Order: sequence, then structure tokens, then C-alpha cells
Amino acid sequence: MTVPTRLDRQFRDAAARAGLLDTAYDVIESELGPLLAAVTDHGLARISFDPEPERELELLARLAGPRVLRSPRALDETRRELDAYFAGRRTAFDLELDLRGLPAFTLRVLGELAKVPYGQTATYGELAERAGNPRASRAVGTVMNRNRIPIVLPCHRIVGTSGELVGYGGGLPRKERLLRLEGAIL
Amino acid sequence: MMTAVAAIPPFETFYAEHAGEVLGMLRRRLGRERADDAFQETFLRALRAYGRLEHGAHLRAWVLTIASRVAIDARRRAGEPTGQLPDVPHTDGRPAYEELAFLTDTLPPKERAAVVLRYGYDLDYDQIAAALGSSEDAARQAASSGVRRLRRRIA
Repeated sequence: MTVPTRLDRQFRDAAARAGLLDTAYDVIESELGPLLAAVTDHGLARISFDPEPERELELLARLAGPRVLRSPRALDETRRELDAYFAGRRTAFDLELDLRGLPAFTLRVLGELAKVPYGQTATYGELAERAGNPRASRAVGTVMNRNRIPIVLPCHRIVGTSGELVGYGGGLPRKERLLRLEGAIL
Repeated sequence: MMTAVAAIPPFETFYAEHAGEVLGMLRRRLGRERADDAFQETFLRALRAYGRLEHGAHLRAWVLTIASRVAIDARRRAGEPTGQLPDVPHTDGRPAYEELAFLTDTLPPKERAAVVLRYGYDLDYDQIAAALGSSEDAARQAASSGVRRLRRRIA
């Protein structure tokens, strides 16, 4: 038997409202295709370009616990801010982030990454230097590659020494589109 | 080598797998209108307990048991008969099931599930069979061999 949409939606709302979820997620439509976004009671924990549910849900369950449920209402604020960003009406995010469990160096790098302004770029080496370890540009590359919250933590703004895009977890075309949206490249 | 323990799936996966069947069961027992409230209550109860589960085995039987409980509660609140569940106290001197429940912890899983569903929750054998994914005969056998095993242990 199929559960009527209204009833299904009611349960998902009630579960989030009652604070019973470790993680609530939803799939958000965007310029770059569907994004899976997930929040915990600590904040935004995940944005994925590859919303292939099964693997993502397992990952979310490992991060914060097995009570993972799609619950669109819980993602209202995230959706609003992302929509405004993609419409060019927002240049910074006001979302709390859940970065629990990440090692100290990663947190330092992500902290510096968050300061790279909209529409500008920095190199891997510069970011390594700002995080207090100028020789760690390769490690910075790894941190960018494993960034759980792309777009909001703007790893797309980190480029090679001569401005080449180098790589992106979501694929280079997406990195290029984000930089174009922000006017960082033409 | 360690025995593989059934992993607890993300709640979404569990919900997607069993929501339809739970709703069907509740509609049969409560009617379409009341089934909606009972459906939400069932999965909210499941969600409250989900973080404390120790393994992901028998999740189907587990959620059907919760749904059955919710349906019984709803009928009781409405002053309706609750099916096979006797509401009278145990005047025949038999101990209440709650007093024996802890003993079932030592039974093999299938027998334990059958005994708990039959005597703890007063499910019929066809419902127990559905919950365990076995035949009615097998459910009946599991319950009775579970009870025999308990008797031997108590004796």
C-alpha cells in the first residue's frame, strides 16, 4: 500500500518538530542540479552533489546516528539561503555548521576557507599559509576534496598558483559555474 | 570469526520499507480515518526507540508489534473491544505476561518473537506469521516450542 503524500509529509514534519531526528535531509533543486542537504541539531552537516540516497544515508547515519529522515521542513532555512545564493542575491551564508569529528588541522583550514570572500579566489598554498602551515598545500587539497559542505564552505574559490581550477569534488564544470556565478571568472 | 550482526539501517530506509504495510494493517484494524493518527503515532514511537536498538534484525516484526499496540490503545480509548485481548484481570491464577517477559530473553530469536507477539501482544497466528515472514503453522510451532522451553526452564 502506498502511503498518501499528505500523511507521509505530516509524519516527516512531526518527526522533525518533535526533535527526534539525528539528521534531517532533503533534496534541493539548484542551478547545479539536485543537491542533497542535511542538518543536525548542531547545524548544516552535509551538501552533496551526488544525491544517490543509499550511500549518503549510510554516511549521515555514521556521522550523527541512525535516525536519518527526509524532512523538507527542517531544511527550509538552508533552502532559502541556497536559493538566494544561486539567484545572486546572497553573498554569504548565515547557517550554523556541524563540523563535529573533524581533526584540528582540517578545522583550521576550513576556518580560513570560510573567510575567502565571495567572488574572490585563493591558492592552495595561500590557504595552507593562512592555516599556519605554508608547506601543507597538498594536505589543503585533500581537505578541499573531502569538504562535506561545499558551496557554503567555498572550496570552489581555491585554485592553483596560476589560476587553473585544478579539481573539484563535484566536478570541474560545477566549480567553473560557481566561480562564474560569483563573477570571479568571466 | 565474529557472527555478523544485522546493521541498523538509516531510519529513512526502515520507514520506506515498512510504512505501506503498517498503514494497511492499521486501516484494517481501525478504519481509514483513525488509521492516519495511529500511523503517525506508530512511527513516532519507533523513532523514539530507534536510537536504542542494538541490532537491525526483526525490524518488520518490531514495527508491526508497535503498530498493533497503538491500534489496541486506540480501540481501548474508544471503548471498543480490543480483539483477542482479554481486559479482565488474570483470575485463573496465571501470572501476567509482564511478570514472565524477562524469561523470554533466553529463547532463540524466532521462538522469542512468536511468544512475545502471541502472549505479550495477543496477536493472532496469521499476524505473527506475517510479522515473522513465515507460515501460520511455523508461527504456531515456534510459539509452542518457546512455551515448552520456558516451562522446562521454570520447572
